[in-house]
Amino acid sequence: MSATNPVIDISNLNVTFNRGRRPVKAVNGVSLTVGEGEVVALLGESGSGKSVTMRSLLRLHPKGTDINGAMKVAGRDVMALSTRDLGNLRGAVVSMVFQEPRLALDPVYTIGRQIEETIMRHEKVSRSEAAARALALFQKVRIPSPERRLQNYPHEMSGGMLQRAMIAMALACNPKVLLADEPTTALDATVQIQILLLIRELQRELGLSVIFVTHDIGVAAEIADRIAVMYAGRIVEEGRVADVIKAPKHPYTQGLLGARVELAHGRDRLVTIPGSPPDLANMLPGCAFAPRCPQAFEACKSTVPTLTEGGDAGRVACLQYA
Amino acid sequence: MAAITTEIPQATPQAAIAPAKSPGFWSGVVKKLCRDPVALCALGVLVILVLIAVFAPYLAPYDPTKGSVIRRLKPIGTPGYILGTDELGRDMLSRLIYGARLSLIMGVVPVPIAFIIGSAIGILAGYAGGTVNTLIMRTVDVFYAFPSVLLAVALSGALGSGLTNALVSLTVVFIPQIARVAESVTTQVRKLDYVDAARASGANGVTIIRVHILGNVLGPIFVFATSLISVSMILASGLSFLGLGVRPPDAEWGLMLNTLRTAIYNNPAVAALPGVMIFITSICFNLFSDGLRAAMDVKS
Repeated sequence: MSATNPVIDISNLNVTFNRGRRPVKAVNGVSLTVGEGEVVALLGESGSGKSVTMRSLLRLHPKGTDINGAMKVAGRDVMALSTRDLGNLRGAVVSMVFQEPRLALDPVYTIGRQIEETIMRHEKVSRSEAAARALALFQKVRIPSPERRLQNYPHEMSGGMLQRAMIAMALACNPKVLLADEPTTALDATVQIQILLLIRELQRELGLSVIFVTHDIGVAAEIADRIAVMYAGRIVEEGRVADVIKAPKHPYTQGLLGARVELAHGRDRLVTIPGSPPDLANMLPGCAFAPRCPQAFEACKSTVPTLTEGGDAGRVACLQYA
Repeated sequence: MAAITTEIPQATPQAAIAPAKSPGFWSGVVKKLCRDPVALCALGVLVILVLIAVFAPYLAPYDPTKGSVIRRLKPIGTPGYILGTDELGRDMLSRLIYGARLSLIMGVVPVPIAFIIGSAIGILAGYAGGTVNTLIMRTVDVFYAFPSVLLAVALSGALGSGLTNALVSLTVVFIPQIARVAESVTTQVRKLDYVDAARASGANGVTIIRVHILGNVLGPIFVFATSLISVSMILASGLSFLGLGVRPPDAEWGLMLNTLRTAIYNNPAVAALPGVMIFITSICFNLFSDGLRAAMDVKS
């Protein structure tokens, strides 16, 4: 909201999967903007629609998925792009880092080859030039002995190294926007922080706009400028990192922050949010979080709260603040 | 000790300076195959068989079609006729040598053709998914539902006997089998993250099929296809045996088995010889394809 000229502008996005017997509404009226050089973390638990929201930006959903709403990325209307233009957008303007680097790289080609292919897809350069750029990228993401590593197959490298290679590949065509789908979840803790710092550093250096999907509030706090908390396909709270962490407004965000290990103070049980997320194929009327909400009142069961300005630059979707 | 200490300083700078290229997939396969004695033996036998087939005119002691009434059904070990003679007095050794030509052609030729057509159908169906997949695969299933021998016999019967028709019918028999395998592997690969990742970096459908699907799918299909060669050999022999393949007096192992069956009580050893050849060839193809499958398994 703060950015005057947003690089990513999603408004009222709805995504419905038509697989199986009932349509599943995975994203329900999400609006989100990301400014130039800004990092926004999409926070939420499994199935809250955060990855789906992000993938919508590249229209990466399987056939038969309904996407409604308006999405603009770097001045381009994603919904109106032809297949060819969409191909030109993907990787060159908007690129993506996946959760599991071991699965996101093709096992039968060397990593160097895969980066070269990506470069040659978008720019008319010779293979040797592409190879030189791949080498420079490997140096940029600080992979040791990059010449040799480029010749490696994915199974010959460790998870952290592969994620670095994945980031190198995502940056191959100097994109404006980086979409990161839980890029540190599959890595162990010490490697996680290295990758986070690397992404943060590259983001500052290249002025990238980043959407960072995670379910780890600590990771979000580490990397993001702003946080958007999602629950059951809706953004329930959005604001600057410091505001959201220090003074969470939505009961769900409060619950998430209350469930941190640090707050357990050596007790062997963590505070949890009771209940489980709703079935997206069978949504009840009213606030989706109401059945689990300790502060819910009668109106919560019938009225869906809208995302409204809650002071500062933050927004919250809760009837308490309406 | 001295040898070791002198070797190490030589080896390390080399590894450090030269960008040690990771060995490619195929050189790894070859290396693993070289360590598999069974597959190597099978390959050796197959190479010998092919050489025999190629150089048949130089190797065969007699004309394979020239018979003589006076030396009919000589037993194995008869001087001048090491493997005896058949029911028309033709030299068995010469006939077996010449028979390798047609038998190998009938065994080997249908498989690569079916491999190309079947893979194309299967990959298309697997990648397209949905209705297209259902449409293609159910059609394939109709053919797949027939026992392969029955289908081959029916097709050959309909097309008429002869080498070309037998090859065509064998190819048609194998296409659904290969298409099934291709479809199932493609469906698995299509859902993997790296296909999504390729799409997310701007690759279109053609590139994804050409680079990512083909690269990951051809290996398993290839291995399956090699295992079909032995089946093809046996089916081809069967067709010839039934008089639907090669016609006499051409030498072909299946056909020889057929014509010699009248002599099975008089001279069983000679009558069994073409069967032994079919057995050896098909088992060698099987063993080799097993070795190939093991060698192409990256995880091991």
